[in-house]
Amino acid sequence: MNTNQKNGEIRIGFYICHCGHNIAGVVDCAAVAQYIAKLPGVVVSRDYKYMCSDPGQELIQQDIREHQLNRVVVAACSPLLHEHTFREAVAAGGLNPFYFQMVNIREHDAWVHTDRAEATGKAKSLARAAVSRVRFHRALETTRVPINPDVLVVGGGIAGIHTALTVANSGKKVFLVERDPSIGGHMAKFDKTFPTLDCAACILTPKMSAVRSHENITLWTYSEVVKVEGYVGNYKVTVKRKPRYVNEELCAGCLECITACVFKEGKYPDEFNVGLSKRKPIYIPFAQAVPPVVVIDPERCLQVRTGKCKKTCLEACADRHAIDFSQKEELVEIKVGNIIVATGFKLFDVKRMPQYGYGRFPNVITAIELERLVNSSGPTSGEIVLRDGRPPKSVGIVLCVGSRDVKTNRWCSRTCCMHSMKLAQLVREHTDADVTVFYMDIRAPGKGYEEFYDKSLKEGIQFVRGRVAEVADWGMSPEEEGMMVIRVEDTLAGFVRRIPVDMVVLAAGMEPQADAPEVRRMFNMSCGTEGWFLEKHPKLAPVSTFTDGVFIAGCCQGPKDIPDSVAQAGAAAAEAMALIDKGYIEQEPNTAYIAEADCSGCKSCLPLCPYTAITFDEAKQKAQINGALCKGCGTCVAACPSGSISQNLFEDAQIFSEIAGVMAEGDEVEAPGVPAG
Amino acid sequence: MKYSYFPGCCVKGLGRSYEESLLPVMQRLGAEVTELNDWNCCGATAYISVEERKAAVLAARNLAIAEKTGPQDLMTPCSACYLVLNKTKHNIADSPEINAVVQRALGNAHLAYKGNVKVRHPLDILVHDVGLDVIKEKVVRPLKGLKVAPYYGCQVVRPYATFDDAWNPTTMDRLLATLGAEVIPYPLKTKCCGGSLTGTVPEAGLRLAYILLKEAVRRGADVIAVVCPLCQLNLDGYHDQIARRWGAERIPTVYFTQLMGLAFGMPPEQIGLNRNLIPMKPLQSELTRV
Repeated sequence: MNTNQKNGEIRIGFYICHCGHNIAGVVDCAAVAQYIAKLPGVVVSRDYKYMCSDPGQELIQQDIREHQLNRVVVAACSPLLHEHTFREAVAAGGLNPFYFQMVNIREHDAWVHTDRAEATGKAKSLARAAVSRVRFHRALETTRVPINPDVLVVGGGIAGIHTALTVANSGKKVFLVERDPSIGGHMAKFDKTFPTLDCAACILTPKMSAVRSHENITLWTYSEVVKVEGYVGNYKVTVKRKPRYVNEELCAGCLECITACVFKEGKYPDEFNVGLSKRKPIYIPFAQAVPPVVVIDPERCLQVRTGKCKKTCLEACADRHAIDFSQKEELVEIKVGNIIVATGFKLFDVKRMPQYGYGRFPNVITAIELERLVNSSGPTSGEIVLRDGRPPKSVGIVLCVGSRDVKTNRWCSRTCCMHSMKLAQLVREHTDADVTVFYMDIRAPGKGYEEFYDKSLKEGIQFVRGRVAEVADWGMSPEEEGMMVIRVEDTLAGFVRRIPVDMVVLAAGMEPQADAPEVRRMFNMSCGTEGWFLEKHPKLAPVSTFTDGVFIAGCCQGPKDIPDSVAQAGAAAAEAMALIDKGYIEQEPNTAYIAEADCSGCKSCLPLCPYTAITFDEAKQKAQINGALCKGCGTCVAACPSGSISQNLFEDAQIFSEIAGVMAEGDEVEAPGVPAG
Repeated sequence: MKYSYFPGCCVKGLGRSYEESLLPVMQRLGAEVTELNDWNCCGATAYISVEERKAAVLAARNLAIAEKTGPQDLMTPCSACYLVLNKTKHNIADSPEINAVVQRALGNAHLAYKGNVKVRHPLDILVHDVGLDVIKEKVVRPLKGLKVAPYYGCQVVRPYATFDDAWNPTTMDRLLATLGAEVIPYPLKTKCCGGSLTGTVPEAGLRLAYILLKEAVRRGADVIAVVCPLCQLNLDGYHDQIARRWGAERIPTVYFTQLMGLAFGMPPEQIGLNRNLIPMKPLQSELTRV
């Protein structure tokens, strides 16, 4: 590669971008170019409307050739956006791409200032700093690391299922890890899906079975990821497999053991029916569970707890010997190249809003409870009934419970409007009850959603606009006595209404999982302030995270419905496959390195590295940095007491000259020297 | 346990039975209470909604006096005073603008306020500083069989739920149970009593008071216990008007401190029980007999 560095002469090309009006509207770009042109070493200095355009990039390449440039500085937008673009352009011009420095005068200057003279002055300072720094740049090479083609998917809801199947169908091996005894997640509990009202089980269970039978998928239910080490392409993951006391290979799912259990009746709240029915200590989560095997609840089973039980289940299982009380928790280590996190959400705890009476009034229920009531395999075999068995005569559905509320959660949970309208239609279908939906705004922006809202209106469902103040058990008139009274300010009619009902359904919003902070740390992801996992870019990298090789899909990233979850799941699978098929990972050379001679072996740096990239060579008594693991955070560089750690692209000479450049007064343009040390 | 005491105007007038029961009860429990020297009106909720800054000055003067003379824990029994003083504290801390106005005004009176005073409600002090076990020791005449509806009103828990839950507070429930009373479930415990609307828009205000009375009766309460003089006035003082509009719901309303006094064996007239418009007499005689 031509370094254009004959006789050590530094020849800098400077380019300032107008970015249309974005920059030029506030910064006098021509003035900056004229100013920079006078600095020592600057051979070319230009302003141009759009530097990132093809002609803009060609300008750089042409100048490199014609003027033998060996350094390039572009003042434009954020390096996050276009540093890569310009490095490529510099490389295409025949220079090492790291002989380049970018100055952000858009986000850091034009967008945050209004005074033209001052903004122009600031642009000059920033540009002067970059010009001063770029002289100390060195040629660097990106490195390539091979990628492990196996993928880990965490979470077996609809997002995890879809992403696992997509990756597996492309011929890659997938490990699907699910915390619960069965995959299926929230969707498995639903009766129908909006807006088509097709049966949730009918569309989900074939995919669940496909996961189980897929030759490329290893399914580990009742298991949790406990440790993640390594880096993109080469992750080492430890999975805890909880004992289900049943051998998955041997169990035929005949359920004889459940019948035979010493508990004659179900005694404990059934998780799948959200507590509306009871299960025994040995149970199958639901009829279509995958894997279709039973599980023993260690906190309830007499044998596991006390070791004193007649073990009638063992007798029932007879020759199969599927029940195995000797099972222990196991830790399994796997190696994968990419990880897709699809850990989902939890529902808002409606007890946090005591004014709605959940837990106090028996016929205040949650939307997911109604979902189980209306499901033919649910606790009432599909009958919508009050706690005393009577069918309801009037049902009120309360929206935005724990959503769009400064006191609980500010965000919109996105699905409750449609979910509630679906339930309203199902109530109308199954009973003679009047249904009133209490909403703040109906949000039905998906395909076919507005039409579904229309259908709800036509079917005679009442809509009252306003946030419900309380569900009261005190009446003001004879018809209110014995009823629950929903008090709400009808914001369309402009007065407070009291609507007596005998069933209240609370559409609880979505929240990040309770252990989202721990999961976030484990996979080295970021969270927004609300606790949802943060995507790399809200528009252009919606399933990537700031950790390469870790992707997110479904509701762990934020509330969304089934179509959106599936779309994200497919996107995450595609992103992972793109990395796998490339075959290698290209690494930024902004890594730290140790001048071994200077390292005193004090080990200060070792615990500081968040990426476990630093190890200690006991033989040499020196610290060592694994360049493939280093993410260039610079923590060790700053901490090293002997100053023996440096970082590519952030070397002392570069930083100090940049500082000197930005601090220089007015037209003081001498090339700053490099301070000692 | 030492407290500065900001009585507020109400408990020196219409609500004097609150003070008449509060002070002996505190004394019995060993709490040292010193009335703030030269205190002034807190401004009530009216002033703060008309002229926020001037209202802040008015209320802050009391905080400044308490900070200067100590103790820094300022007890105030009236819910409105409690809210206004707390809100003023927040406004001074959160708004440099209000703080500047307040400090300038206080400076003219050779006062200053640095933000050290804690505004405390007696309910908070009794349950959290004194403690239910200490209170239990002082009970000589348990309120056995007395069914009490615990009514907190809105201002002690909202918007600053500093010592109890905003929607379902329980400090008074636990305190009354310690006295031996039967505390009935009263989910209306933090609804509005009508506030000043009983005077300005009686149709709306009295209706709110009526709901509270009616539901206390329906749920089997013998008496309603309150923590605020305005709640007491609204629930005790308008029975005739309420009866004319919606029907009679006669039930006495007393301060929780009066029930404490009774349980501690204090004579009813010494703790202001003779001042009630709807008397607790029949109950009292039963209690004194025990």
